[in-house]
This record gives sequence, structure tokens and C-alpha cells, in this order.
Amino acid sequence: MQRLAADLHIHSCLSPCADVEMTPNNIAAMASLKGLEAIAVCDHNSALNLPACEKAALRCGLVFLPGIEVTTSEEVHVLTFFADVESALDFGERLYKSIPNVMNKPEFFGEQLVMNEADELIRVENKLLPQASALTIDELVNACRKFNGVPVPAHINRQAHSLLANLGFIPPELKFTAMEAYSWIPLNVENSERYHIIYDSDAHCLGNISEREHYIGAYEKSAEGILAYLKESKPF
Amino acid sequence: MLLTDLAKLINANVVTCPSSPREVACAYTCDLLSWVMAKGKPGLAWVTVQTHMNVIAIASLHDIACIICPEGIQMEAPCVEKAEQEGIAVLFSEKTAYEICGLLYKAGVPPV
Repeated sequence: MQRLAADLHIHSCLSPCADVEMTPNNIAAMASLKGLEAIAVCDHNSALNLPACEKAALRCGLVFLPGIEVTTSEEVHVLTFFADVESALDFGERLYKSIPNVMNKPEFFGEQLVMNEADELIRVENKLLPQASALTIDELVNACRKFNGVPVPAHINRQAHSLLANLGFIPPELKFTAMEAYSWIPLNVENSERYHIIYDSDAHCLGNISEREHYIGAYEKSAEGILAYLKESKPF
Repeated sequence: MLLTDLAKLINANVVTCPSSPREVACAYTCDLLSWVMAKGKPGLAWVTVQTHMNVIAIASLHDIACIICPEGIQMEAPCVEKAEQEGIAVLFSEKTAYEICGLLYKAGVPPV
């Protein structure tokens, strides 16, 4: 097994809360400058910028793990990671139908930009993406695993939109293998040794992308290699 | 106030209720389960839009008297069955959490 310097939670300009400078090529170039070996772009409830982000990341020699940050009906944020962009797009299409038909108000939330691999605007997404999906956390976890993905509760030690804040404790029946945490807040998670704890930036601007400080296990230097590591229950 | 009187007061559909009469000691509304975990008390009437199985676990932990689902929200069968096993009442009401709490407050049910 290898360990890759990674940041597996970066928002692109498709997330309204992210800077417009978070284009596919800017993200890949900055990650590369910072000495990262693997990145995942996880926009709110959408995979639409993953094709361009993957191409940009591969050009920079990075391992690219396709992801989506899903908001469940309980308003819990869960990162979902997939082996390939096609699976993420298929899953994203299903997810898109499960979010309410409320339009974005760009002057308040920011623009939702879909880009191509040359950082050119393909279109503007009008439905407000960061809303709660109709999928419960149980439904989301099952659906993600059907697409051979790995669900990872996001920023578990944050007060807002986290599994622990909203649902009080980790539901054992969901059999999570990994949790994401912010490195700048104490972890304070009971039985944390049972999970792979991953530390990411949750960057919404270029400067906040992680330095070369957090590492992810990988059975090979590929998206599948990271996914296999995240899927495996941690011996404790 | 007895659970049965509370159900009448807020015009709720009692989905499950222990057979022996139970007194409601206080009431609270919150949808962040971590907060209820910290503030729950025995005999509590808890109004929440959350219907995850963890709701039942936290209710059981604090010996909560009843869970009230507002605005016509339905709790799925496995959760209702678990509540029944744990002796926790589940009430469905068409009223909003605001209306339910207003009625309970007016009737003298104290806060946590």
C-alpha cells in the first residue's frame, strides 16, 4: 500500500459558494504546485464539472478521484466517491432529480458554472444545487454503494451539516468505513479508531487547497486504488 | 399533562403509545439530534421533523415520553416499530412545530 499526498474535498465554480477562479485547470495547477498527488473535486449535489476537472488533473499528473458532496434530507453532508467519472455522472443525474426545483439567486449565492477542459463556460446551472436532496442518509448510502461508490460523512467535527450535529451519533447500521474531518477542529469522535479519518480542505478558493500535509492510503496510484482503501473496514 | 390529553390538545394521530398512562413532564423542539442528546429529559414531548432511526435511539436514551412529527410528516414503519418496543409514543400532527409548541406552552407544559 502507498500513501498519497491528497486533498479529497475541493469545490469547483459549479458550487455557488466557491470562487469563480475555481476552474478545472486552476484547481489542478494549484494542487500540483502544492505538491499534491491526488485530488477529488466534490461539488454540492452535482458531478457536472468532473469531466473537465478529471482531464485537467490528469494533464498535471494527478490522481483524480470523482466525487460529489451530497446533502441528505436530514441536511447531513456526505462525500460520495466513485471509481470513474461516468459512474459519478450517472449517480449525479439521479441526485439532480431529488433536489427541489428552486432556482439559484446568483447575486446572493453566487454563479453555478459548468466548464469544459479549457476552462471555457459551457453553461450556467440554474437549479440551486446545495439544497437538501429528498434522499435520506440511508437511501443515499445504499444508492452510492449500488454505483460501487464509497459514502464518507463530511466534516464530521463541524457544528453545521455534519452527521454528528444533525443525527447525534454515527448510525452503526450504515457501516461507514471512513469519515472526513477538519484538521483545525478537535476530532472528538467516539470510536474514531474504527474509521479511516481523512483530512481535507473543503476549499472554496484556490489558496485554501491543502498543502502537502495530509495523506490517503491507496492500493495503487489510481482512483480505484484509493477507493479500495476507503471501502475496506479498518482493523481496530 | 397525560399523553392522551396532549394528543387531543394538538389533534394528533397516535401511531404508537404504551398501554400504561404516561405523564408529559416538559416539551422541546429541535431538529439537531446532538442538541437533543445534550438536553433531553425523562418525560419529554419532543417535536422534530427528523425521522431517522437515531431519533428513537436518543428518545430511548433519555426516556422521552413522546416524539411528535409535525406538518403531516410520516415516520417509516421500522422506526415506529422500534419506538413501540422501546415504549415511546409516536404522534403525527398536521400542525407546524410552532403551533404544537404554542398549544403546549399555553396549556402549561414547561420547557426543558
